[in-house]
Amino acid sequence: MMVQRLGRRGVSAMQSMGRAAILFYRSLLWGGPGSAGWRDLLQQIHAVGVRSLSIIIVAGFFVGMVLGLQGYTILIDFGSEAALGTMVSLTLLRELGPVMTALLFAGRAGSALTAEIGLMKTTEQLSAMEMMGVDPLKRVITPRLWAGMIAVPILALLFSTVGIWGGAFVAVDLLGIDEGAYWGNMQASVEFYEDVVKGIVKSVVFGLVVTWIAVFQGYDSVPTSEGIGKATTQTVVVSSLAVLGLDFVLTAIMLGGV
Amino acid sequence: MDPYISISELSFRRGERLIYDRLSVDFPRGKVTAIMGPSGTGKTTLLRLIGGQLKPDQGSVVVAGQRVNELSRRQLFELRREKMGMLFQTGALFTDLSVFDNVAFPLRTHTDLPETMIRDLVLMKLEAVGLRGARDLMPSELSGGMARRVALARSIAMDPELMLYDEPFTGLDPISMGMIVKLIRALSEALGLTSLLVSHDVEESCSIADYLCLVSDGRVIGFGPPDELLHEGNDEVRQFLRGDPDGPVPFHYPAADYRQELLSS
Amino acid sequence: MQMRNVELTVGAFMIMGIVALVLMAFRVSGLTQQATSDTYTLKARFENLAGLNERAKVSMSGVTIGRVTKVYLDQEWYSAVVEMEINADVETLTRDTSAAILTAGLLGEKYIGLTVGADPEYLEDGDWIEDTQSALVLEELIGRFLFNKAEEG
Repeated sequence: MMVQRLGRRGVSAMQSMGRAAILFYRSLLWGGPGSAGWRDLLQQIHAVGVRSLSIIIVAGFFVGMVLGLQGYTILIDFGSEAALGTMVSLTLLRELGPVMTALLFAGRAGSALTAEIGLMKTTEQLSAMEMMGVDPLKRVITPRLWAGMIAVPILALLFSTVGIWGGAFVAVDLLGIDEGAYWGNMQASVEFYEDVVKGIVKSVVFGLVVTWIAVFQGYDSVPTSEGIGKATTQTVVVSSLAVLGLDFVLTAIMLGGV
Repeated sequence: MDPYISISELSFRRGERLIYDRLSVDFPRGKVTAIMGPSGTGKTTLLRLIGGQLKPDQGSVVVAGQRVNELSRRQLFELRREKMGMLFQTGALFTDLSVFDNVAFPLRTHTDLPETMIRDLVLMKLEAVGLRGARDLMPSELSGGMARRVALARSIAMDPELMLYDEPFTGLDPISMGMIVKLIRALSEALGLTSLLVSHDVEESCSIADYLCLVSDGRVIGFGPPDELLHEGNDEVRQFLRGDPDGPVPFHYPAADYRQELLSS
Repeated sequence: MQMRNVELTVGAFMIMGIVALVLMAFRVSGLTQQATSDTYTLKARFENLAGLNERAKVSMSGVTIGRVTKVYLDQEWYSAVVEMEINADVETLTRDTSAAILTAGLLGEKYIGLTVGADPEYLEDGDWIEDTQSALVLEELIGRFLFNKAEEG
């Protein structure tokens, strides 16, 4: 019995992955960012990006301050608190910026995307579109995928920026570390390509993956209110795990000298 | 009879359940045909098979000379765009667009018409359903009957040849229902549409349909003009049309003998 | 929401992103220091780099005057060669200038420190710095110390 159940779950998981791949293939590969009209793209960037701005900025500032405080207590033991700026900025740019942004994005925008598309399915709006000869994948899914891919790196950059300044606030204004040491050491060890650009690449991938999971969960949901609720939870769970797992893979590839 | 839709040897199963078993039926061009039958017999499924949203396991569905189940995705979208319109049970209006934009949606998506011409076309369609004055409302501000009329205006925006109606009378008050009945009839006649409607409201369906098609257990059990079926159909057909509680479709779900079951304990 | 507002806010959003990127480039990763226009190249040969990287600082008396641009192994001599760009306005490095690999703090990053000598002629583009001093490698120091002790005892 156990084996049978496990087998069935495995098969159905594989089926969903297949359906997700087909959705990706049909929506993203054949449609550029403006294929459903630039208006739609702008509206989606607004919905997923601009509306996530406040949570990202507040979270970024606090994370930066915590990093400043924790880093200070660790580094002071080695007498190298001058390296605080380096520590805060590298932590944010390489890891916390992209990862935290993707996780917050999954909770804020991803779940909303799933609910929205699930509702469109439940109220037969997607079917109606199909019967009008409009492909809902191109019309509904494509602009959302692109919007996620564009918005998340920007959000991650803002998160890191605010975080670095939050760390500076704690380090320089509260703990009295020399301002020149904070920024100077940071500038000496942060490399634009190695740290900033690779962080952006990471968050582009995260943005795409989280949005993909969110729209797929909505598109594939059981069209009832219960089904939408379940799909929304799934979005947050699956995309959070996907982000953390992918982060390891991407970091390994990037440290491997790609 | 000149069939616009012709279905032959169609089998369709959902999971383990066989919903249609080698179904063959033709729907005449330019007429209103009501597909009727008990709940759960897959009437809506039949509409989706005709619209190409579902693919049959066997057999073929031919609409306007094209085999729907063998078309590529692109061809299917083209066929729907040029020939089909569908009215959904809930209306399925786009909730983030106003009434005007909903009706304009297919026109804006499929044509390059200038905005002034789109405006005129949309107002004409809205006038036809009596809702020209409601153009600036949002779908959430409409009653169920109004939403369905807007959806009707939207589905005829591209001047289809075939209209599919999924349960158009369900959940409406008598006045709204009367309006929809009148509209379906009027539109079919004025535009020469081939119309298929799925319903289990016998009275309304009989009043507008040229033909009835009764489906039960995956088979067609009766096809013909309403009067003819009512008088000359077999027992099962007459039971359904008259709404008798008992007959060939039994009141009791199959069970062991009643006396024996009570006495055996 | 009006389309105009959507356009405006999305525009502002994009601009914020660009500003953040610019801040990252110049304020955080210090691209400005690299962007100095005129430089000339010097080369130096070291026995052991001990973790000196490309883009490491080259400084004199604690002032950064250039950067390491290239690090490679000379297959003939089996020693490391470092190429560095020196800002063009630092033009009076004497021929007997010495270069040493130093460490900022106990655990800090490696950099090259230059000290001028007394030669009347100056180094020019492409010249070699002859007098070099490799990094202090802790393991070697300990090894030498133990070896000396063993000889004494």
